[in-house]
Amino acid sequence: MTAETSTWATKKGLAQMLKGGVIMDVVTPEHAKIAEDAGACAVMALERVPSDIRAAGGVARMSDPLMIEGIMAAVSIPVMAKARIGHFVEAQVLEALGVDYIDESEVLTPADEVNHIDKHLFKVPFVCGCRNLGEALRRINEGAAMIRTKGEAGTGDIVEAVRHIRTLLSEIRRLQSMREDELFVAAKEMDAPYDLVKQVAAEGKLPVVNFVAGGIAIPADAALAMQLGAEGVFVGSGIFKSENPARTAEAIVQATLHFDNPKIIAEVSKGLGSPMRGIAAVTIPEAERLAVRGW
Amino acid sequence: MKIGVLALHGAVIEHIQTLRSIGVEPVAVRLPQDLEGLSGLILPGGESMTMRKLVARWNLREPIMALALSGAPILGTCAGMIVVAKEIAGGEEPVFPLLDVTVERNAFGRQLDSFETELPMPILGDRPVHAIFIRAPIIERVGPGVEVLARLPDQRVVAVRQRNVIAISFHPELAGETRIHRLVATMAAAYAEPHEGAATGNEPWSPGEAR
Repeated sequence: MTAETSTWATKKGLAQMLKGGVIMDVVTPEHAKIAEDAGACAVMALERVPSDIRAAGGVARMSDPLMIEGIMAAVSIPVMAKARIGHFVEAQVLEALGVDYIDESEVLTPADEVNHIDKHLFKVPFVCGCRNLGEALRRINEGAAMIRTKGEAGTGDIVEAVRHIRTLLSEIRRLQSMREDELFVAAKEMDAPYDLVKQVAAEGKLPVVNFVAGGIAIPADAALAMQLGAEGVFVGSGIFKSENPARTAEAIVQATLHFDNPKIIAEVSKGLGSPMRGIAAVTIPEAERLAVRGW
Repeated sequence: MKIGVLALHGAVIEHIQTLRSIGVEPVAVRLPQDLEGLSGLILPGGESMTMRKLVARWNLREPIMALALSGAPILGTCAGMIVVAKEIAGGEEPVFPLLDVTVERNAFGRQLDSFETELPMPILGDRPVHAIFIRAPIIERVGPGVEVLARLPDQRVVAVRQRNVIAISFHPELAGETRIHRLVATMAAAYAEPHEGAATGNEPWSPGEAR
C-alpha cells in the first residue's frame, strides 16, 4: 500500500471542497481572521486588494512571505496566494511556504507576455482566471486544477464577471449541441486542446471547479454569480473596502449559500452600510484593464 | 427513502450524485425544514470552521442532533468527521457531539501533504477502498463503544463507527466508491422501516447516552 501525494485528484479535490463558499482577499492576519469568522471557506493572501493595486499603479508582485506565513498561522481554513502570470519562481516560493493553492493572477503585473507557468511541475495546485472557454481549457491544459472567471478586479462592478461566466457557460452549452465531428473545428476556433474540448462536450461542464471573481461587492452580486452557474465566488476589494467588512463578509457568505432564496438575500442585505464605492468598468481604458492580461 | 446531504458548502454535489447512482433519493439540506422525512444524513467534506458557523446561523444544530439521536444513520466525511466528534483536539467546542472520539483537524499537514492510497476496510469486503485524503483529519482517541473501521499502515485511525454514526477521514464521493453509501442506505432503510431488513444499530438513544 503506497501513498501518493499531490495527485490530480487531491489538487482538483481541494477546490471541490470549497464549492458553494466564498474565498476572500486578505492583506493581513487580522483580515484573515475576520474572513474566517465570517464563514469564508478560504482566504487569498495578497499585498494589496485589487482596488488599491489599481489606484497605486506601479508593479504588483507576490506578497511578502512573512505576511503570507502570518496569515497561514492565523487561520485554519486554506490559504491561497497570488503569483504573477508566468513568474514560476514566485510560484516556487509560494510552494516552499506551503500555501494551499496558488493563483496565477492577472491582478498582479504579468512577468511573461507569452507563457503561463507550467503548473504540472508543481505539487501545489493552481487556480487561474479566464474570460471564455478557450482560455479556461488552455489553463487546465497547463495544469490548473481550478478556474475562476476573471471579471474586472478592483472595480466593485459586476458587469465583467457576468459577461465572463455567461460566455464560459454558453460556450459549453454550444459544444454540447455539436456533432462529434464538429468538435475538431470548435477546438481550433477556440484555440483549445481537442481532448479537453471533447471531454467538456461529453460532460457539459469544465473538468475542474469554476468560481466567479472580479467585481462582487454586495450579497446580491454573489447570488447573481451563483444563479448564473458559479460553483462559488472570490471577493476581493468588495469586503475590506466596504464600510463594515465583517458584516459585509458574513452577508456575502449567506447570500452565496442561499443564492436561490431572495427572502434570505433580502434579510442578510439589510443595513450593511456603504459597499465599496467602486468604478464603472466601462470607464476603464483598455490599457488599464486587468482581465485582458493572460491569453 | 430519502437521505439528506448537508449542503452548506463543500463536496455536496458529489455525495448527491453518489446517492443517485445507488438509487437513493438525495435531498440538499440548507434549512431545518429540509430535514423533514429524511432517513439519514451525510455531512460532506469542506471547511469545518465554515460549516460550524453556518450550522449555528441557520439553526440546524438541534434538528440534526434530534435526527441522529432518533437512530437515523449519519455519515461524516473529512470535515464531516470533525463536526460529529465529541472532542476536537485544541479544545474547540464540538458541533454535533455524537462520536466518542477525539479528532485532530489537518492532521497530515497542509494541501502539499494531501494524498491518495488503497486502504483496507474490512466492513466493505476484501477489495480495499481507494481513499483520497485532502487536508484530512484523523481520530486521535477512540472511546469505548467506537468500532475502528480502517487504519493507515502506521495504525492511525481514519474510519470509525459508533451505533448509527460513521465518520471517515477520506472522500469516497471523489473516487467513485459507492460501498460506504450503500452501507448508509441499508442503515437508512432499516431506520425507515424498523422491522424490515438486516441492519442493526439504529435504535433510538436512551436518555443519558447523549452528552
